[in-house]
Amino acid sequence: MKGRMVALAMPGLLLPGVSWASESKKILDPVADWNHLWNEVLIDLFLMGGVFALLAIYWLIKYRATSPDQVGRGPTLSRAQAWSWAMVPAFIFMADDFFLAAKGWTVWNTYRKVPENALEIKVTGNMWYWTFEYPNGVTTTYAYDTKEGDGLVVPVGTPVVLRMTSNDVLHSFGLPDYRVKEDMMPGRITYIWFNPLVEKESWVTCVEFCGTLHSQMYSPVKAVAPAKYDAWLAQKKSTL
Amino acid sequence: MSTESHGFNLKEWIFTTDHKRIGILYLIGSMAAFSIAGVMALMIRLEQSTLGPTLVHDVATGGSQYNVWLYFHGAAMILGFLIPGLTGFAANYFLPLMIGAKDVAFPRINAFSVWLFYAGIIMALLTFVIGDPPDVMWTGYPPYSLLTSGNTAFYVFTVHLLGFASILGAVNFLVTVIYMRAPGMGWNQLNMFVWSTVTAFVIQLVFVPVLASAVTMLLFDKYLGTHFFDPSQGGDVLLYQNLFWFYSHPAVYVILLPALGILFEVVATFSKNMVFNYKAAVYGGMWGIVLISGEVWIHHLYISGMPDWIRIGMMVSTLLISVPVGLLAISLFGTLYRGAITYTTAMKYATACLFLFLIGGLTGIPLAMTVMTVHLSETSFVHAHFHYIMGIFATFSVFAGVYYWFPKMTGKMPGEKMGNLGFWFNFIGVNITFFPLFIIGIEGMPRRYWNYEMFPQFEPFHKIATVGAFLVAIGMLLTILNWIISAISGEKSVANPWKSVSLEWTHCPNPPGPGNFPKDVVVSADWTPYNYGR
Ligand code: HEM
Ligand SMILES: [Cu+2]
Ligand SMILES: [Cu+2]
Repeated sequence: MKGRMVALAMPGLLLPGVSWASESKKILDPVADWNHLWNEVLIDLFLMGGVFALLAIYWLIKYRATSPDQVGRGPTLSRAQAWSWAMVPAFIFMADDFFLAAKGWTVWNTYRKVPENALEIKVTGNMWYWTFEYPNGVTTTYAYDTKEGDGLVVPVGTPVVLRMTSNDVLHSFGLPDYRVKEDMMPGRITYIWFNPLVEKESWVTCVEFCGTLHSQMYSPVKAVAPAKYDAWLAQKKSTL
Repeated sequence: MSTESHGFNLKEWIFTTDHKRIGILYLIGSMAAFSIAGVMALMIRLEQSTLGPTLVHDVATGGSQYNVWLYFHGAAMILGFLIPGLTGFAANYFLPLMIGAKDVAFPRINAFSVWLFYAGIIMALLTFVIGDPPDVMWTGYPPYSLLTSGNTAFYVFTVHLLGFASILGAVNFLVTVIYMRAPGMGWNQLNMFVWSTVTAFVIQLVFVPVLASAVTMLLFDKYLGTHFFDPSQGGDVLLYQNLFWFYSHPAVYVILLPALGILFEVVATFSKNMVFNYKAAVYGGMWGIVLISGEVWIHHLYISGMPDWIRIGMMVSTLLISVPVGLLAISLFGTLYRGAITYTTAMKYATACLFLFLIGGLTGIPLAMTVMTVHLSETSFVHAHFHYIMGIFATFSVFAGVYYWFPKMTGKMPGEKMGNLGFWFNFIGVNITFFPLFIIGIEGMPRRYWNYEMFPQFEPFHKIATVGAFLVAIGMLLTILNWIISAISGEKSVANPWKSVSLEWTHCPNPPGPGNFPKDVVVSADWTPYNYGR
């Protein structure tokens, strides 16, 4: 509850960083945003961890006992000191928390706001394969044992939104190269979107435990030039 | 380890209501669970050491073998080793001694709870005997846990037995601390370990019933035809995950808090120092965690399709956990400041824990951030994170505790040479095992995968991790062997070998007899368990 109120109170803090305000011109690249945020978080972690680690190493060496009967001389804190040693760090940690939360929320908004021109593909999870349904009715799949099937094919330069559900148990659509994933469940539709900016072949892996062949549930994800994509789709359509 | 002079008597151990013996029974049971779950870990690591099948032969069905190992490993490590090791063994043996009590408030209920625990362990072990073992992972998510031909009921009953044992323990220890403290002992004079146990048991009492109902609903859905989790019949697929993590996130604090409590004892004793800013650590840190622990569970459901507002709200509450945890860290690290530190094996484990805590805790921060987790979730980054904090930090704190209290329990000194050797194998081994998993996790190595033929670039990392796991196995063998040898033929310990000022060392013999204290304990107003009188 507390967290939610804080979250509601935060838009003021965030406005300068909200990226979808200028969406029309900029190329949306959630992967770059993610990587950038990751680097910032890493710096944050190393700074915080470094202070603790270096102090600990220094003290662990410096305060070794020199005689067996020696006792420690740790400080007795006055009331005011004790409160300060609680409140000041608490505020520093909190400030860092809100800073990270604000940063994270900004990128999150990019992740959840599907661009208007996105190509919509329906994905259905089954034990243990996916089917992909394109707007013109073409469906594809991929079989781990024969390695046959196209998997997911998308055109470079168009954002792709996946509307996902499952026919049986939980699965999850994990696209490590596009830094995004979300579960698929029976009876509900979830979505993710990504923006294939260069031609490449990557993988989607199932990342929610779904039984015996969970670790065989993967498919290729091919981002191809738009012309190639159109040709491929037309050819698929003609063989329907 | 016998408390009487006439040697070992099995019947006495089975019918014992003495909290110390019950503690030892918990220790033996949880170390047994740890060892078998450890063997499973080695199998898992061997399987992952190559891209495709290694131990598994039949690709089409072999996955279920791996899934059973992984199920047992996860369930036994958490429910059978860490929670009972920390709240069963350590709390049972030392909490009454630390508060100057002759026993716990309800000794027979205590005996009942340890035997429930053994029944739970046996139920879990049946996994290896029955033809259709559970393969649902320790999380047991439906619909898979309902559809599988594996025997989900064994999972449910294991949780029931261990959960019930824990609730009984919780009531017992809370009453004990409230009513049975030595005359004169105020709330600000309690050991950190006592406070950590109190707060952990408050969490346990509030949240275990929720877990028990969640798994019971699984049982109903699978065997009695109800549809709590079946959307085609009006049920809700996500309900289970919400209930499960409503308990299981707080459960990580049931592990974290007593682990920190033990470390405070060890660090304070071997630094001969008072705990830095005690009140901030207890009231801000420990109680702060209790307060926040129930409002963060959605961070386990960041990719489950929950509404956006709750994913963002619980990102903030999850990040705020850094405040109480940070206060505890300052207090723990600060206890070293101007101390007089000696490095025994116990202190070495505690020192290692300081760094493991940093790595495990800080890697939790990106995992608290919804958008970071959208990529990191369900990868081996998560797997490395929780092994650093639970698998290693908390486990090492149990080891630190056993070494620290070894003379108390056995009257013998633990062997330092073999202890030291075991420590280095363990410490180096765990880092070799788990650090590579952070790296490939960021690259997208999925969790719970034995087959990763689509990512051949990860194979070297998995090989290194597997080597590390075998170093750990050597370290663990040395450690357990060392305890057994020292308990039988160790050097006799003096009354207070570490010169601690805590009651369990100053007021009762090694090991304490029935009734614990030869004379009733009364403490004065200026006594604290950390007052080394400068
Ligand atoms: C050095 C000893 C250990 C090794 C080598 C080890 C190794 C592993 C491996 C390889 C996995 C599964 C990876 C996967 O398929 O994604 C795993 C999972 C797990 N381990 Fe460990 N582990 C060790 C100790 C521990 C300890 C001490 C604990 C806890 C107290 C623990 C708790 C877990 C849990 C909860 C899981 C998750 C199971 C699941 O995904 O359902 N492990 N471990
Ligand atoms: Cu899966
Ligand atoms: Cu959690």
